[in-house]
Amino acid sequence: MCDLTKFLSAIHHVLSEGVMNRQVRNALASGVMRSITVLVTMFIFVMILVLFIKSAPLLATKSIAELLFSSSWHPSVDQFGFYPFIIGTLAVTSLAMLIALPICFLTAIYVAEYATGRIRGLVNSMIDLLAGVPSVVIGMWGVITIVPLVRMVGEFVGATTTGYSILAGGIVLAIMVFPSIISVSQEVLRAVPASMREASFALGATKWETVKYVVVRKSLAGIVAAMILGFSRAFGETIAVLMVVGNVARVPSSLFDPGYPLPALIANNYENVMSMPLYSSALLFAALILLLVVATFTVLGRIVLIRLRRRSI
Amino acid sequence: MKNKRRLEEFLVTVLMRLATFIVVGSLLIVLGIVVAKGIPALTLSMITQSSSGGFYMGGGGGILNAIVGSMYLVAASITLAFLIGLPVALYLNEYAGRSKMADFVRLCLDVLYGVPSIVYGAFAFTLMLLIGARASLLWGIITVTLLVIPIMIRGIDEVIRTVPSRVREASYSLGATRLETAFKVITRQVLPGIVTTVLLALGRGIGDAASVLLTAGYSDSIPTSLNSPVATLPLAIFFQLGTPYPQAQERAYASAIILLGLIVMLSVATRVSTGRFSKFVIK
Repeated sequence: MCDLTKFLSAIHHVLSEGVMNRQVRNALASGVMRSITVLVTMFIFVMILVLFIKSAPLLATKSIAELLFSSSWHPSVDQFGFYPFIIGTLAVTSLAMLIALPICFLTAIYVAEYATGRIRGLVNSMIDLLAGVPSVVIGMWGVITIVPLVRMVGEFVGATTTGYSILAGGIVLAIMVFPSIISVSQEVLRAVPASMREASFALGATKWETVKYVVVRKSLAGIVAAMILGFSRAFGETIAVLMVVGNVARVPSSLFDPGYPLPALIANNYENVMSMPLYSSALLFAALILLLVVATFTVLGRIVLIRLRRRSI
Repeated sequence: MKNKRRLEEFLVTVLMRLATFIVVGSLLIVLGIVVAKGIPALTLSMITQSSSGGFYMGGGGGILNAIVGSMYLVAASITLAFLIGLPVALYLNEYAGRSKMADFVRLCLDVLYGVPSIVYGAFAFTLMLLIGARASLLWGIITVTLLVIPIMIRGIDEVIRTVPSRVREASYSLGATRLETAFKVITRQVLPGIVTTVLLALGRGIGDAASVLLTAGYSDSIPTSLNSPVATLPLAIFFQLGTPYPQAQERAYASAIILLGLIVMLSVATRVSTGRFSKFVIK
């Protein structure tokens, strides 16, 4: 803490006592700051480029369609079919969104529209705390509670399962995306001007009718954006999902089957890849897929939010 | 008719309360179960000793190496990310203004913010192999720095945006240059927000396991140089859980309490320091 003030006063010192003319200093600093900004901005493109170059050896062996839709994953004989992993990722992420969306949506409305100031503060600080719980801790909790629970439910409905399954992954992941979806949705709901609510009340609408026909309709685009951003967050979550999802490279046929999402594939196998160039290329191709999907979703979500902000000003 | 509307109102309110209860409840259950499981295994030697050779088979020792490792890693990364992030955030607001370029930079940063940490790990791992380096504290620091830079910039950027333009104009009218305004006026004005952002980035950096899994290596001793491999708390938890020995697994729960304790301390520090750093703020 103290270092921060020291650092700032050091900058202050350089700025005020330096030998250069003030204007020169200003121009120089502007150039330096712009260069850092450009470098930071370029980083995302560098990352895509490096991952692409590294995936090239794999892409040279087969077409992208073959890689994405083949189920044959046998690295020892150079067969890399990503289909099971893509389905695994999609299954876990979709399930998580299916669980999280209604809950987050209702919670955001409750906190933003219904709750009193004190409850809002309390719930929001809880949500912030949940956002700060490391994924390894949530994963651990999943292993202790969710996995046995899923096993019990599985036995009850007659499915053979170890508990390490798509269902367990989806539940754990849903809890992990709660904070981000709820925070963004709340922000969007609160941006609706109070006068619109009052107009609706004046027409005799109940609170819920006002929320349903005025507030939600007005902020629909923003809520969609919140969902998109939540989806992209869930898509790349690694450790927590890896711990409970089972990691079997087969296309899952039920919720009680184990799955193997892309991030888990990278995390579990990086150690073996150094001796096998094509295998390492395959893992980096998996990273590239993750990066591109998440980038697309983020850009989509942000564009919706930016449009919305422009319109509301 | 009237009753139907009331009924709908009532039902929806019940559903909302239930949803909020589920969200808050899941946090409390996670914390409750982790603490309940971890307390019995939480001993003083956990935080005063480094891991012994057989630690992961239930042998003696603690996770001091991981605690110190996490501290080294995060302190260095946060400092670096701050030194890179502050100028960028200031540039975006004080120099670039409301330009297309600033919008584009923000969009790129948002994409970076969303990139999964495992992808940062894979990227840094690739660079590391390219240079021929080995997993070490240095590469862990590089990975985490890259991971927290977007958090840092976007956080500071958001608080700088809230500074009213009259503060800026007052500074300009006194003859200050943009640079002087940026560092002497704006930075001080948003100091509480900067502290919050730094602590937020700290929390994210200290809790992330996926990124450093590939680049930090792992070691039972406290790192002595930038080139030695380093253990981190999340990885210690992950590896202890991964062993088949119940004793090691129990200590994973205790390690989780230590990690959660660190994070709670950070968030309390956020609250406290935000007040202390507001003495420079012009109201």
